[in-house]
Amino acid sequence: MEPTILSYCKIKNNTVWLNGDEIYIDNKSVDFDAFLVNLYRHINLNYPKFFKMDNLCKLGMLAAEMAIRNNSKSDNCEKDKTAVFISNNSSSLDTDRNHIKTIEDKSQYFPSPSVFVYTLPNIIIGEISIKHKLAGENAFFVTEKFDEKLMHSYTSIALQNKHTADAVCGWINVDGKEYEAFVYYVEKSNFNPLIKGFNMPHNPETISRLYN
Amino acid sequence: MAVYFGADNIISPLGFTTAQNLEALIQGRTAVHKQRFAFSDSVFCCSKIEEIQLNDGFSAISNNPAFTQLEKMCIISIQDVVSHSGIDFNNKENLLIVSTTKGNIDILEGAYKNIDSKRAYLPVFAKTIGGYFGCANTPLVISNACISGLLAVIAAMRFIENGSFKNIVVCGADIVTEFTLSGFKSFNAMSEEPSKPFDKNRAGINLGEAASSILLSSDKISAVKISAGNSANDANHISGPSRNADGLYLAVKRTLEDAKTASVDFISAHGTATEFNDEMESVAFSRAQLNHVPLNSMKGYYGHTLGAAGVLESVIAVNALTSNTLFQSKGFELQGTTNELNVIKKTEQKTINSCLKTSSGFGGCNAAALFEKV
Amino acid sequence: MEALIKTLKIQIIEQLNLAELKPEDIEPNAPLFGEGLGLDSIDALELIVLLEKHYGIKIQDSKDAKAIFASIQSMADYIMANKK
Repeated sequence: MEPTILSYCKIKNNTVWLNGDEIYIDNKSVDFDAFLVNLYRHINLNYPKFFKMDNLCKLGMLAAEMAIRNNSKSDNCEKDKTAVFISNNSSSLDTDRNHIKTIEDKSQYFPSPSVFVYTLPNIIIGEISIKHKLAGENAFFVTEKFDEKLMHSYTSIALQNKHTADAVCGWINVDGKEYEAFVYYVEKSNFNPLIKGFNMPHNPETISRLYN
Repeated sequence: MAVYFGADNIISPLGFTTAQNLEALIQGRTAVHKQRFAFSDSVFCCSKIEEIQLNDGFSAISNNPAFTQLEKMCIISIQDVVSHSGIDFNNKENLLIVSTTKGNIDILEGAYKNIDSKRAYLPVFAKTIGGYFGCANTPLVISNACISGLLAVIAAMRFIENGSFKNIVVCGADIVTEFTLSGFKSFNAMSEEPSKPFDKNRAGINLGEAASSILLSSDKISAVKISAGNSANDANHISGPSRNADGLYLAVKRTLEDAKTASVDFISAHGTATEFNDEMESVAFSRAQLNHVPLNSMKGYYGHTLGAAGVLESVIAVNALTSNTLFQSKGFELQGTTNELNVIKKTEQKTINSCLKTSSGFGGCNAAALFEKV
Repeated sequence: MEALIKTLKIQIIEQLNLAELKPEDIEPNAPLFGEGLGLDSIDALELIVLLEKHYGIKIQDSKDAKAIFASIQSMADYIMANKK
């Protein structure tokens, strides 16, 4: 018996996939910053705080928004029993470098609180939690590559506890112009192939297949 | 399945073993003092490990110079646990978890000439430490702001409970450099004097550096176990603590529920000494009807050691249980929170059987765990 | 004063990443925090940096910040009074 993956969103190479379908593709020549804003407008996010975020959070918010919007469960999930487990390779290094820029030149020494606050990778968990009012379990893992076994194992353990009913999981990585996001939504109920609409069994093989 | 605590270590300016650190706490010494740095005219009140002290400690176990400051701290700390427990990382049943917020952040600041800059990436940093100990499993990194350390202890408990591993060493570590000093200064969050957690006149945090390690095992290697642990998010603000303490309250409530107990003999709180954090904690403990329970914060001794804090404070909490000691909450004089707390004013001996350990951090994250004598 | 207010609006939009706002959307006397522009505690800290960076003014006591940052107008008044 396995929990169920109810939706997933993948973003890379200026392209977005939702539950397996390619739903948006931007011009290859559009740079990462512009791609994020274009996609924000395309999905009508309408969340002014978006513009205050660093690129890691912008990317994660977009992927999480689509995974959470597009499944049968999240509208009536128990918010304080919905966990957010995220991982990546570069933690917050992209913004760490930006903070360094504000303190490198002693004649232009203006460390910025709104940059510094993003020098922690788990801020994306906070942003997703605020936007979607999710108050459950949190964890941010930093691994060399997306580790489906780790993510599956930690999520499964949490779902066995009565305090967790659903989980938003994934990989959100930004390192300069290199970026990749893969966010999926898992619910505790056992996978049932007879149910209509997108759903997949929550196991490492499936997670790996969706990611790749 | 019960999960027990085993050998532990603290690397701080107060000493390089747990015993030395406990001795300093009993004497009421603090690692925090005012100091100057080359990068600024300002005076910072913080806790830094002397370079000479670190290199002396490191040369006692290795003559390889190719490690960063943070890597040396971690290696000395983990080595102490290895020496006392005999744990073999070459065995697939054993895992190393590293908790850190900033890792080798001094690499970005240009601190080293002969260190590969790739070690600023946390997985490469962890692999470097794993390589030193010949780890069969790639070390796992948890980086979840100020709850990193406690979350790593909770994750270790879960991985042992579900049979993924038999023994896990959790090592939490962070350093104090211009990066965090300038950032927290821009946040107006730092005190110019030694911090005063939960006190009426508290004026913010001191930053501190430390590495701390602890072994968790499915074998009954000690008389203290971790009974339960949970995390929860405020879903409120990325840097400001929740006014209703929703996240911390939820984490505490669920932890006591899982442990099937209401009996807490003392609380090892987060207590950063900022106005809003300490106030938020008082609300959470009051909502959980734990405001009468003796409570301390270790920040007055060590400053806020970020990714190390949750591990370091767990090590002290476990030792407080085994030695039946309630440690004074250094810096506290006058009640300073809306909900009155029972902050420990003087270190004393008392029979204690359980400890609630809590942490909270940026990103709205909170964690709680219950440690109990068997 | 009018020029200063105009400049301030542009600087605030840029520094606080209020990408969807135009200078003319901000009323000089409207509250910056709460129901006004909806700024938060991080924005308040960022405004302190703005004053120092662009006007060389250091707010010594953070308790004063609330009154200074009440509106664009109060910020402009403070800058005029304290500019070196």
